Amino acid sequence: MRIQCEHLSYTYNAGSPFAVNALRDVSLTIEEGEFFGILGHTGSGKSTFVQHLNGLLRLPSSLKKYKPKKPKKGETPPPAPVLRVGDYDLTDKKTDFRALRKKVGMVFQYPEYQLFAETVEKDVAFGLKNFLQKGEKLSEEEIKSAVSDALSIVGLDGREMAVRSPFDLSGGQKRRVAIAGVIVTKPEILILDEPAAGLDPLGKREVMELLHNIHGDWCKTVLIVSHDMDEIAENCTRAAVFSEGTVAMCAPPAELFKNAEALLSLGLDIPLTAKLVLALKERGIDVDCDYTTEDFIAKVLALKGGRA
Amino acid sequence: MHAIEFRNVDFAYSEEGQRDFRIRQLNFTVEEGEFVAVLGHNGSGKSTLARLTNGILIPDGGEIRVFDTLLTEKHLFDVRKDVGVVFQNPDNQTVASIVEDDVAFGAENVALPREEIGRRIDFALHAVGMEEYRHATVARLSGGQKQRIAIAGVLALKPRVMILDESTAMLDPRGRREIIDVVLRLNKEEKITVVLITHFMEEALLADRAVVMNRGEIVMEGTPAEIFERHEELLTYNLTLPRIGTICKRLREGGMSVTDTLDIASLADEIASNLKGGNAS
Amino acid sequence: MKEVSFGQFYPVDSFIHRMDPRLKLVFLIGFIVAIFVANSFYGLAACAGVLILIIAFSRVPVLKILRAVKGILFLVIFTAAINILFHTGDHVYWQWKIFCVTRGGIIFSAYLILRLVLLVVCSSMLTYTTTPVSLTDGIESLLTPLKWIRFPVHALALIMSIALRFIPILMDETERIKNAQKARGADFESGGPVKRIRAFIPILVPLLLSAFRRAEELGDAMDARCYGGKKRTKYKKLRFTWRDLVGFLTLALLITGVALLRVYVGDIV
Repeated sequence: MRIQCEHLSYTYNAGSPFAVNALRDVSLTIEEGEFFGILGHTGSGKSTFVQHLNGLLRLPSSLKKYKPKKPKKGETPPPAPVLRVGDYDLTDKKTDFRALRKKVGMVFQYPEYQLFAETVEKDVAFGLKNFLQKGEKLSEEEIKSAVSDALSIVGLDGREMAVRSPFDLSGGQKRRVAIAGVIVTKPEILILDEPAAGLDPLGKREVMELLHNIHGDWCKTVLIVSHDMDEIAENCTRAAVFSEGTVAMCAPPAELFKNAEALLSLGLDIPLTAKLVLALKERGIDVDCDYTTEDFIAKVLALKGGRA
Repeated sequence: MHAIEFRNVDFAYSEEGQRDFRIRQLNFTVEEGEFVAVLGHNGSGKSTLARLTNGILIPDGGEIRVFDTLLTEKHLFDVRKDVGVVFQNPDNQTVASIVEDDVAFGAENVALPREEIGRRIDFALHAVGMEEYRHATVARLSGGQKQRIAIAGVLALKPRVMILDESTAMLDPRGRREIIDVVLRLNKEEKITVVLITHFMEEALLADRAVVMNRGEIVMEGTPAEIFERHEELLTYNLTLPRIGTICKRLREGGMSVTDTLDIASLADEIASNLKGGNAS
Repeated sequence: MKEVSFGQFYPVDSFIHRMDPRLKLVFLIGFIVAIFVANSFYGLAACAGVLILIIAFSRVPVLKILRAVKGILFLVIFTAAINILFHTGDHVYWQWKIFCVTRGGIIFSAYLILRLVLLVVCSSMLTYTTTPVSLTDGIESLLTPLKWIRFPVHALALIMSIALRFIPILMDETERIKNAQKARGADFESGGPVKRIRAFIPILVPLLLSAFRRAEELGDAMDARCYGGKKRTKYKKLRFTWRDLVGFLTLALLITGVALLRVYVGDIV
């Protein structure tokens, strides 16, 4: 499923003195199969944007009580927003948002804090049961095997884990159970808000690895919201930088971080590899890499080989 | 004089299975004015260390001294005045809704006179660079700002030691930088002894000394550079090198002569001299 | 971030903001007495007049105040409707089965609406112009005599202050958990009452756990800041100033005024 967004704006507390323009005329297309990064400061609009993609936040025109406003005389109305996820038109009131949510999984920040059931199995099965169509039924066996599959793709032992209480697990395990609880319905698009936040270095690495396992066969498209530039540089096919409610930049990391000054001027960090590339440039050495650690090392070593 | 001294400390959580470690015969010292980083994976016992130091947890055996004061029921408040602890979640440490009221809380608790509390608030807010927010509502601040207020609330007690118990873990990079800047300044200018508990390896680079904990034990100790040189060992404790350490290591494996520097400029220098044929091996 | 309209401090500096919270509390109680003593439109008009003065001096935008009223709009309409339809008396304008609209009913509900609105506006004026902390300081100070009977006045005040601090946090958190469960297909809008209550378990359990976790960390943070010693001082000393005298005189005048109106003018109805 392709995500197509044009002229999307969103205001919190619209019409009140506390109105905040969270999104201003955002246009962004994300292709099926991408591992897409969304960057930006807290309050840059990135969370508001992703919450639109599964209908947790809705465009006014998709609400039942919506009545189109007549434009005032002499005023050109702003261009109508377009928001499509696959075949779902998110500007339309007739869209089945529950069906959409099944296709677009969303893992919030610190997802382990939404676990609630007595056993891991029940918790992971929660989404599975919720998304059943009317009349559709799953047998105990089918549920068990779906849960066990979801647990094993996030790197947990399905059989051993299933009967345990989610509250007795370690932080990293809890987070993986929570992710399993979202991907159990095999959404086509998986969105994760800061999936590695608060974990220790090893936990971080494991989460990123499991996302690569999920990406592809299990979920075609993966979107991560992140503050961590190294994470973006190492993992993403493309990334968009949000700033003050707009998309300031959108490109593959290799291009994005070439433009380090622009990122720094937005008050954002750059990956370590980009810092090293800059420092080497000052010393008269050009390293043309895609900013992953692997490529940086390979290119630097190649330069050495070339001169030896 | 040691700022903090643990001598043969034993401690176990009473609830069965609450943590998968116990502390046995732990010895640990921090010198006055030092900046020590405590590293360890989640559940390695590093937060327990913080809670033992100011008497939130009571050891089962051994002695804990803070500036030569033995931590006992009788001296609990003397120790707590000296040891400020800042915790992880910026939302869970403020008791009051307005900045100055919250900063005043600690100073009120030790029954300082009113005028002195006022001076302490001035001092503490200045130290964390939040003077303009004195009358602001805590709820409207950013994560980094809230955490600076939590530091100010601790500073109002004029502690000689400050423990930051994963205080940067929940912040974005900007917030994290704010906190680290404040902490470095407090250490250098106010001469406050700092114990920084963290699992961001990059933050540990700033410390004078780093300590690695695993299953309730101190398993490594040394300057950050010394610690990161022993990368194989770090991995066994579920820790990784800071990214720059990984790059040094890999370049060396690729035949470059680079040392284990943790500084971007000096690594760039070393790479440059390698490439310009100077001292390539 | 959501704005919580009711019971939130509005941070500006004004005559009313600077008043002693104790006086404001006493004023609120006195004002409530006044609106119930007042039994004529003149009396209520006097109360409304005083309240309008307070609003004008407080620099709190009227819109903000109207929001507080909006919060009780349903209650107002409901009570008004009940009273209009069931109040019996002379001057019947309309009647159907047990329902009737009488002059007395209309006047009675008008009184009721006026009183309700005055009550809500006055109490929200208190919370708009007084920080939760000084409000609890005020309550603590007013309750001080109870210390004689070993009532934990300070602890109570602190509990209130912390509650006020954490309500917005927990509301945000509820919203977040609700969204997370909605993303997992949870449905909070359809089904019968039993199903709906059951649907809230996935919100309630995480919320309670989170509240406990927060409480634990807050407790540690308070301990770390030396809470629990025998002696304690207060940074903010409450002091009576000329403003409070003005406030007190206004209140005295208002109560005397409505009392006199009641005695000499009597019930207009």
